[in-house]
Amino acid sequence: MTTNLKTSTTDTMARASSLLPLLLFLAAAARIPDMITGQSLRYVFDWVPSLNIQLSFLFDGLSIFFALIITGVGFFVTLYSVDYLHGHPQTGRFFFFFHAFMLSMLGLVFADNTIALFVFWEMTTLFSYLLIGFEHEKDESRKSARQALLVTGTGGLALLVGVLLLEMATGTYEISQMAPLAADLKTHPFYGAILILIFIGAFTKSAQFPFHFWLPNAMAAPAPISAFLHSATMVKGGIYLLARFHPVLGGSASWEATLVIVGAVTAVFGAVTALGQSDLKKILAYTTIMGLGIMTMLLGGESRSSLVAVMTFLLVHALYKSALFLIAGIIDHQTGTRQIENLGGLAKSMPFTAFAAFAACLSMAGFPLFFGFIGKEIMYKGILAETMMPGTAIVAAVLANGLMTAVAGILFIRPFLMGKGSFPQPVTEAAWPMWIGPAVLGGLGIFFGIVPDLVGTWLINPAVTAIAPIGDKVRLALFHGINYPLLLSVITLTIGTGLYLIRQQANQRIAAFFEAIPFTASQAYDGVLKVVAATARIQTRIIQNGSLHHYFFVVAASFVIITGLSYARGFSGFPEFRIAWPNIEQGLLVLVILAAVVSVVASRSVLLAICALGVMGAGIAMIFLNFGAPDLALTQLLVETLTVIIVSIILLRLPALSRKGNRPVRKKLLDGTLALGTGIMVTTLLLSVSGGPSNLSLTEFFAQNSYIAAHGRNIVNVILVDFRSFDTLGEIIVVATAGLAGFALIRKRRGES
Amino acid sequence: MEVVLSLLCGIMAAVSIYLMLSGNLIRFIFGLVIATNAVNLLIFVAGGLSEIRPPLIAENAEFPTTPMANALPQALILTAIVIGFALLTFIFILFYKTYQSLGTVDAESMRVSEPLNLYQNPDQNQYDPHHRQISEKLFPEQAKAGTS
Repeated sequence: MTTNLKTSTTDTMARASSLLPLLLFLAAAARIPDMITGQSLRYVFDWVPSLNIQLSFLFDGLSIFFALIITGVGFFVTLYSVDYLHGHPQTGRFFFFFHAFMLSMLGLVFADNTIALFVFWEMTTLFSYLLIGFEHEKDESRKSARQALLVTGTGGLALLVGVLLLEMATGTYEISQMAPLAADLKTHPFYGAILILIFIGAFTKSAQFPFHFWLPNAMAAPAPISAFLHSATMVKGGIYLLARFHPVLGGSASWEATLVIVGAVTAVFGAVTALGQSDLKKILAYTTIMGLGIMTMLLGGESRSSLVAVMTFLLVHALYKSALFLIAGIIDHQTGTRQIENLGGLAKSMPFTAFAAFAACLSMAGFPLFFGFIGKEIMYKGILAETMMPGTAIVAAVLANGLMTAVAGILFIRPFLMGKGSFPQPVTEAAWPMWIGPAVLGGLGIFFGIVPDLVGTWLINPAVTAIAPIGDKVRLALFHGINYPLLLSVITLTIGTGLYLIRQQANQRIAAFFEAIPFTASQAYDGVLKVVAATARIQTRIIQNGSLHHYFFVVAASFVIITGLSYARGFSGFPEFRIAWPNIEQGLLVLVILAAVVSVVASRSVLLAICALGVMGAGIAMIFLNFGAPDLALTQLLVETLTVIIVSIILLRLPALSRKGNRPVRKKLLDGTLALGTGIMVTTLLLSVSGGPSNLSLTEFFAQNSYIAAHGRNIVNVILVDFRSFDTLGEIIVVATAGLAGFALIRKRRGES
Repeated sequence: MEVVLSLLCGIMAAVSIYLMLSGNLIRFIFGLVIATNAVNLLIFVAGGLSEIRPPLIAENAEFPTTPMANALPQALILTAIVIGFALLTFIFILFYKTYQSLGTVDAESMRVSEPLNLYQNPDQNQYDPHHRQISEKLFPEQAKAGTS
């Protein structure tokens, strides 16, 4: 009863949390009128003034466009997740991570300061790690989460170095202030390095080849996470980054060539691989890679048409792909399977989901009247407007889109229309909060397809104007007349239909082909991880092997070598000494100490050694007394007496020292040499400093102020209890701590006899 | 005198390092005592030995009127002696309890937390028989729970 109550409370609160994205969506939508007129708002707060870093946010067409997608999809995914997770013990944690991720993503698109951008970028990485690994009791989830973290985290570091170099080149961290410097930047010696580093950041985040492998593996995440992170938001982070830096870094041949080639390869690779999959979510993951590839390819272009195409396709893709991921989740949730060969005839039992899937798939396939068709038309138009490599790009785009059409058919026709599936459980329609999201997102695909010009004016063109202020508005329309884009669309649909008809052979061929590839990026990643782990093991075995002798030897040897080397470089002889030789008494004292020290080494009797230590301590006290330090001598004698007593109490209960010692002769010689070296270095150091001129200003200060300031005639005491009393307090704390710790050790444990 | 005392410091340092490298913890402690004294002496000598008058201000004066020994190193050493004594006492007790638990004074055989073969056989993450005996002696309850 209590658990039920608790579950329903959690569900209510989770449902209420969908207000957060909804309100943020409305707030962002309120900016649309300003967006259309091209106005932007910028808020600046001091963050690290000493480093000249500000926390600045820019609300312009591009950031609002992304924010609308993030919060809009976020709202439906929140609603969906409540029922998807119903009864899950960690629902609260899920929604915390989810909203934290959404806010980081909003921070990422609104940040104008590159350091702030980097921080939000890393926050999205971190929260996506937590979300992918949400079902942390599964080994696969943990592994996928770690993979996503390492790949995108590495990219994040590259991005950080990139923006730091960018600051060195332009003198500012603010992206909005960089655009006027773009022309100078392209001739700057850092330009190549900046480009490579920012590309690595964007490519890892947006799963471009060869960093794509983490995205399909991240499908271990719950379906709503895939819908949000891996279709609409996080993977678009890299696209956003490229778009944002387009006016700053874009326009050079290296920018264009890299993006077109990487994007084209990724798009074709993703689309072909998608055909070879059988898991619904894996199919969607690879088509996402394809979509991201297309966007990257288009961002290589310079014309306004290309940028309009990017934004249009981005919106199209976010709408249908998040809907499809949610639908895949519904199918999994209601039927218990995601394997496409087990699915069939779902349209009867799940009419609303089927409608959503129908709309989303046709938009994905790019059928006329759907928004996807507009996206595809404008995409071809954009590519044809480019000067560099339009041929390669157009072939890649047509091929990828054709494959996409086939995939859309596979996703919709088989599971929903044909035959009867074999399900582990009877199938019913999902609860309304689950299908409403896909239905609205899919429905928007139809609605936007009917009124493309509205979307173009309200969303797409303002977003493009933010990064390309000059140029005419591009009109989005269903029918532009008979032209090349239309022709290409027809070719695409033909290829798609053809591929759909031979889908089974294609699926098997492709699956077999990928199995035959001996070395993949994913294996390279595993290899790198293995090498890192092995290196760590070897290094630990060498450096931290648990042997006290080893540690001590290394420390002492480092001291000898480093001091020795610095002497070897510049040794200018010893300074003169004031009192060259001791008198008879002092000489005898030194001899006694020496004899005591030697007998500690030579003695086999613990008692004799302890006595010798006492003699040594007393001898040192005498030296202190001889050179004007009666306080020291007193303390030393006292401490030495106590030491001898304590050592005797403890050590006499221990076994006698063995006659031979436990070191082999060779080791003894080695240790002896090191000890001798240390001794020589200590003597040399001491001789070099003790005879030379000392800086006595502190001593002088204490002597002059001892009586006047502190009313004490014993200068040493005044230093201890007055001038440096905090040091003495620290000393007392050390003594007290040692005493307490010692007491804790010798106290009898409870239950011990 | 600096020369003689510098030599003495060097010899004490050498002896202490030699003792601490021996692997026998009793000798290690002897080495530590010698090292503490050697470092104190080193600071003292480095501070200059030219004067033999203690750093005291005469009854009727407000400032020192005659040259006197350097007070600063003395204050440092005084602190060092006391701290050294506290730590030494703690180490004695720690060492004694270790000996009671493990039954050895050989540093190389104290490997409960860092067993020799841990890193050599990462797949076979287990103590060798000798160390298992020691850990069973140290943590009898866990050992029983592990075997049953």
